[in-house]
Amino acid sequence: MRRHGYKASALIEVLHTVQESFGFLDDVSLRFVASSLRIPMSKVFGVATYYHFFSMKPPGEHNCVVCMGTGCYVKGAGDLMKMIEEIARVKAGETTPDGKVSIVAARCIGSCSLAPAVVFDGEVIPRAQPGAVRDQLRRWIGHDAG
Amino acid sequence: MTLDELQEIAEREREEAKKITHRVNVSVAAGCLSLHSDQVFKMLQTEVQKRGLDGSCKVKSVGCMGLCAAGPLVRSEPQHTYYRGLPPDSPEVLNAVIDSLDGKPVPEFALSPEIPFFAAQKRIVLENCGEIDPERIEDYIGVGGYEPLLNCIANRSRDDVVQEVIRSGLRGRGGGGYPTGLKWSMVAKASGEQKYAICNADEGDPGAFMDRSVLESDPHRVLEGMAIAAYAVGATKGYIYCRAEYPLAVKRLKVAIRQAERMGLLGKRIGESDFCFEVEVRLGAGAFVCGEETALIASVEGERGVPRPRPPFPAYSGLNNCPTLLNNVETFANIAPIISKGGDWFASIGTGKSKGTKVFALVGDVINSGLIEVPMGIKLRDLVYSLGGGIPGDRKFKAVQTGGPSGGCIPEQFLDMGVDYESLASAGSIMGSGGMIVMDETACMVDVAKFFMDFTRDESCGKCIPCRVGTTQLHGLLERISEGKGQMADLKTLERLGAMVKRTALCGLGQTAPNPVSSTLKYFRDEYVHHIADKTCAQGKCACSKTPAGTAEN
Repeated sequence: MRRHGYKASALIEVLHTVQESFGFLDDVSLRFVASSLRIPMSKVFGVATYYHFFSMKPPGEHNCVVCMGTGCYVKGAGDLMKMIEEIARVKAGETTPDGKVSIVAARCIGSCSLAPAVVFDGEVIPRAQPGAVRDQLRRWIGHDAG
Repeated sequence: MTLDELQEIAEREREEAKKITHRVNVSVAAGCLSLHSDQVFKMLQTEVQKRGLDGSCKVKSVGCMGLCAAGPLVRSEPQHTYYRGLPPDSPEVLNAVIDSLDGKPVPEFALSPEIPFFAAQKRIVLENCGEIDPERIEDYIGVGGYEPLLNCIANRSRDDVVQEVIRSGLRGRGGGGYPTGLKWSMVAKASGEQKYAICNADEGDPGAFMDRSVLESDPHRVLEGMAIAAYAVGATKGYIYCRAEYPLAVKRLKVAIRQAERMGLLGKRIGESDFCFEVEVRLGAGAFVCGEETALIASVEGERGVPRPRPPFPAYSGLNNCPTLLNNVETFANIAPIISKGGDWFASIGTGKSKGTKVFALVGDVINSGLIEVPMGIKLRDLVYSLGGGIPGDRKFKAVQTGGPSGGCIPEQFLDMGVDYESLASAGSIMGSGGMIVMDETACMVDVAKFFMDFTRDESCGKCIPCRVGTTQLHGLLERISEGKGQMADLKTLERLGAMVKRTALCGLGQTAPNPVSSTLKYFRDEYVHHIADKTCAQGKCACSKTPAGTAEN
């Protein structure tokens, strides 16, 4: 915040930094940001919930992002997502109850010529094959094979 | 730094380059990186060093070469050859590439630059992409970079620069197609102590990645364009509003800004004149509507990215209520060549009202998917079948979707149409930012329309009712049809509602949101009818086809 001179206009930048450091935005950090930048909590909360990029829930140990951009959708990302949801037994945007894996649907990560793209913990998997995705998820979740 | 000093650096770079007899350029843009091109780069470089060739052969990490489908891409000179899909884990193959530098290229991986994908392109925006190292400012200076900027500051009046851009006929490349020169002259004439220049790099359109590639491959080009614009309109502070989903682009931009500031090409007293221009990167946070200019400005101010009615236009009252110039990445990337080669040169390319070239992200059901830059007016058929190499598996072409969630689907009958702003609009779509998604016969148009409505419904900011409620209703109707519960009357409702949303929504997102529905309804009505009458989806994409007819799942 000091870097941005405690200006109210730096709110989004500050929230990015908080999320980068803690993985998500919780009530305590939002209150702290609000009082430091001297803006109402309602506004901080409004901005934080308005943007898709900010998460108010703690992330899982691992992160599985499925790109749902048009290019990927045409190439079968929808089916891929359905399969992932079945394996993880949670919906997109949720984390498995054991906190192992978060499933995220992304708008577009710009890897459209390598569709469908899946991102495992920050590493882009181009032309993701259902089999490989299934294996990786099972390794993380530790399901019995089958 | 003065113009003379800059030219000295450029000269030195060119002298250095002359000593190199062999060049191996490895693409390290995000697409190729995800195919581990960084490993290819490292292995090639170590091999060259091991053989003691590093005096005459240079292995360089460069930006995007375009043909993402064949990554990791490598270009070898003077062999004049592209290498496709080099395996990062095979030292034998990579050694063979180095072995063959003086002879014939390794045939299994070689790709001739004569194939239409490369040969039919005309690169202006992308001319340096794949040629220069995006993280070395000297590379950019070596190809003549920053000379137009310093030249403008030293020798040309502000108005002269604006006139040059007006003469070029350049139109906004973000989608709207508003004449850039006109926008500049509005901001230049607007009164105000403080003016801003903002670069829109919030490429929200799913299925498009032109801006990402330009920022990753040639960030200085965009910065220079912004600085020239700032000089012309009198802005002293600039922001680049970039998506947080593009970490590599953000990183390279920040590196580029630091380098340019250190050399006195950005920041205070540019070119030792009294012109100052400071640039900051601002991160978006995943809101499609922030591509709309007033919403983007709100987001830069740290507010929720919600659009407001225009007028007042940002040119008069934008960021912090000051006159603000807002252009897209590709628009700014066009500026330096227009200044150095002249507006008339630029205007000689393209069609009547659409000048210059356009960068497209050609993706979907097409063999050579990737990034291309072509003159305006090129035929769709050439894009899909010549540059794109056709559709995999020889399946039949069905439609090409342009303009993202604001655009429409263009059917086969328009394949011979030239691509420019007007003709795309007359076909019920828009130019948009340049996403071009090819769909073959296996695509279900109801499903595609539903996909886009789901997108706009989710991304609608909720400020105005036509968009907030309208998109939800449109999506609901499509859902019903895709589940096999639709009625014929729904088609009428879709049309009426779509027209209403288009007429009454506050911003561009809402006004164009019904386009995917209306264009598919117009050209692929029989598919809708099929879903309603027979309660099945011929392509097997919708819910109704997965359960027996009539008993659709919920």
